[in-house]
Amino acid sequence: MSDSLETAAAAAPVPAASPVQSGTGQSGTVVRSTVIRRLFRNPLGIAAIAILTVIAVLAILAPVLAPFDQNYANIAKTLAAPDSVNILGTDSAGRDVWSRLLFGAQLTLLSALLCAGVAIAIGLPAGLIAGYYAGKFEAASNWVVGILMSLPGLIVLLTIRAAFGPSVWMSMIAFGVLISPSYFRLTRTAVQSVRNELYVDAARVSGLSDLSIIARHIFSVVRAPIIIQTAAIAGVAIAIQSGLEFLGLGDPTKATWGVMLSEGFKNVYLNPTLLFWPALAMALTIGGLVLLGNALRDALEDGEKINHRKKKAAPEGTTAAPAAVRTSRKPVATVVAGTEHHLVKVTNLGVGYPQADGSIKKVVDDVSFHVDRGEILGIVGESGSGKSQTAFSILGLLPDNARIVGGSIQFDGNYTVAPGDERVSQERLSKLRGKRISYIPQEPMSNLDPAFTIGYQLVTPMVRVLGISKAEARKRALKLLTDVGIANPDRTFNAYPHEVSGGMAQRVLIAGAISCEPDLVIADEPTTALDVTVQADVLDLLRELQQRLNIGVILVTHNFGVVADLCDRVAVMQNGRLVEEGSVRDILRNPQEPYTQTLLASMLEGKEPMSTLVSTLQKEPVA
Amino acid sequence: MSTMENAPLLTVEQLVVEYPSKKFRAKPFRALTDINISIGRGETLGLVGESGSGKTTLGRAILGLAPVTAGKISFEGKDISHATRKDRRVLSRELQVVFQDPYTSLNPALEIGDILAEPLGVQGMEAAQAKKRVKELLDQVGLPSDAINRLPREFSGGQRQRVAIARALALSPKLIVCDEPVSALDLSTQARVLDLFLQIQKDTGVSYLFVSHDLDVVRHISHRVAVMYHGEIVEQGPAGVVTTDPDHPYTQRLLLASPVPDPDRQEQRRADRHRLLEAQRMQHEQAGVPA
Repeated sequence: MSDSLETAAAAAPVPAASPVQSGTGQSGTVVRSTVIRRLFRNPLGIAAIAILTVIAVLAILAPVLAPFDQNYANIAKTLAAPDSVNILGTDSAGRDVWSRLLFGAQLTLLSALLCAGVAIAIGLPAGLIAGYYAGKFEAASNWVVGILMSLPGLIVLLTIRAAFGPSVWMSMIAFGVLISPSYFRLTRTAVQSVRNELYVDAARVSGLSDLSIIARHIFSVVRAPIIIQTAAIAGVAIAIQSGLEFLGLGDPTKATWGVMLSEGFKNVYLNPTLLFWPALAMALTIGGLVLLGNALRDALEDGEKINHRKKKAAPEGTTAAPAAVRTSRKPVATVVAGTEHHLVKVTNLGVGYPQADGSIKKVVDDVSFHVDRGEILGIVGESGSGKSQTAFSILGLLPDNARIVGGSIQFDGNYTVAPGDERVSQERLSKLRGKRISYIPQEPMSNLDPAFTIGYQLVTPMVRVLGISKAEARKRALKLLTDVGIANPDRTFNAYPHEVSGGMAQRVLIAGAISCEPDLVIADEPTTALDVTVQADVLDLLRELQQRLNIGVILVTHNFGVVADLCDRVAVMQNGRLVEEGSVRDILRNPQEPYTQTLLASMLEGKEPMSTLVSTLQKEPVA
Repeated sequence: MSTMENAPLLTVEQLVVEYPSKKFRAKPFRALTDINISIGRGETLGLVGESGSGKTTLGRAILGLAPVTAGKISFEGKDISHATRKDRRVLSRELQVVFQDPYTSLNPALEIGDILAEPLGVQGMEAAQAKKRVKELLDQVGLPSDAINRLPREFSGGQRQRVAIARALALSPKLIVCDEPVSALDLSTQARVLDLFLQIQKDTGVSYLFVSHDLDVVRHISHRVAVMYHGEIVEQGPAGVVTTDPDHPYTQRLLLASPVPDPDRQEQRRADRHRLLEAQRMQHEQAGVPA
């Protein structure tokens, strides 16, 4: 029993903490049905719902089920042991414990609902208004919230009792007011996160009134977190109320679990079961509420995970089973003599993600290419073509659940993924990554840690990887910053990432990528997030560095202009497969595969303005 | 033809947009300075510029989503610079928007049918009639009619953008502000969506303010082009002229910075760009301005 209370206490803050993110996109009628289905698939969820339903039904049917009135006392039969009339025995005044437990459930649950209701009635509208309009109302309500939260709750409740008498309702209304800031904050944060979403703007352009916007577009975001929060708050309300009554501050004329607990405690030496029954009822209810909150949160977050996976996975077919994959792996070439001179050689690579039903969804399938020193290979494809997944498997940066389902990767004559390996060997790769293989990411800003200066982020890897002193690393870092065309390297060295522009940040990352003198640089859409004029500068920089250092580069991009600018060879990917590979001139001027032809035909450069680009307006199949 | 029909649909005169600074008593941030544009009926004005140049802010100011500090925006001769919410509701029949990001411009909790019916409902259209119109719209943008009961997340980026276009078309507006509507899309999807924009213009005679950072996109879809730089319009004129033979040094840089999909022509363009940068640097030095 104490166990369940402890887990309850430990788990209680969790549902309040995370619902904001999980709330988005998870409400609406269609989604909610699946949330409920997921809830019922979770054993804890079923248990919680079962317990709460039973208790609620017992409470509702109390007048029918209870053999006695809650205050009917049989003086002749006090502290009796259970028998056929009083199935749980009687208390010190001769009242039937079972009947009091049932009526107590009624009052306890109703008061918990009242408390949550009051808190929602105050916190939700205030949070919606403050979050949506911000400004003065938000400032004022933040003051009120600050005051409410700094009030010592128990003392306020004791004062209320002194002023209004021992009413459960009064104390729960007061507690509802005290706890309303938690709803306020939850709602306000959720609303703030969607206030500037484009669909809210679109609704404004459509002429919707603020009230309709809040009701239609904003309220749906807070609905799920509010439900989760309410499960937790109701549990807390029961605990607080019973705590007050246990201290003897309850209404002695009404049967509640807290009053019974207090009673039982007084007679604990005469009949300990008097203490046991209300405590069990409370533990079950509070535990049930907390578990329900957790299960709800899990159900909502599960949905997010599945969406996430869907987005990542390429739309090609699912392979039947891992067994089939294993057999198909056999004919893979072993270290072929005469291929050691390739800097990187990827052979028949397959990458997949295991699905819930045991199958594996392949996102990269049978991809082979090689890169030599001093050569730039472009991997071109649309989103979901598996180009980034291919690059990440060379880097060994695939997500944990990814599997190599076939093929091999060799770097400088050694396997990093040997034929038959299920995963990228981190042991082998961590020696290479950062030192011999480095990476230039797409989003320069999110790849610099905002908490450290740029200098620190350049120096630390050099000290670790190259084993040079800090002073020397600093000297090298300043030289690198000059090399990548930063006019004032000292200032950039001491700056924090938010103090430099996006183009500058990308230069810093390029400096970092070449700082440890790598043999291979993998650049994943290195200029996509940059303005066109900045892109041109960064491309110039990459070309100049690559020629000077004679490194191999794998450039992942969707832009044929960038390919034409930098690459020696191109590989075109579609749906996880490599459809065409060849020299840049062959591919761009004479594409053989229809897919490459379609891609190039979609380029706007050199097209007659306002002409139709795609011959027939095909209806895309709905995913 | 009456004078009314010759008058431009939308005119923006000496528009200034400022955002109050968060710092106490600091000067407000000036996002747009002295903007003058006009868009005729059935015309597309392309607005090109880099991130932070203010091109999106201009679109938002026209839609009433950014504060107008000074100047005047008129739509069909009416001043809409400070239109109230009620005016906007009437205006929404004529003036619509397609945003850049098809992933956040559709409410993930609403079905496609509800999203498309929303602007119709605001105008007081009955449910049955609205449903009919929604079906027409889906057909117009090339989506299957069973899309009505689906959620946005069941669609790809290009399809979502079609939904957003259908929402903008719902009330048969006269002007659609398109804020980078193809920037988040794949190349082949971008081509299809551009085709759709052109087809709709051909069929309905709608005007576009087409905001993009991509000179190629703007050249393809626009009749006239305005180039924005640091909150100002630095060059404006017929699309063919501005996007192939620009006057302003910034537009010249922009044109040569955009890579072409052929290695040899790109090498040529690269060399041209370096020559241009060098020439502009020399000019700056002669003018006594540090580059």
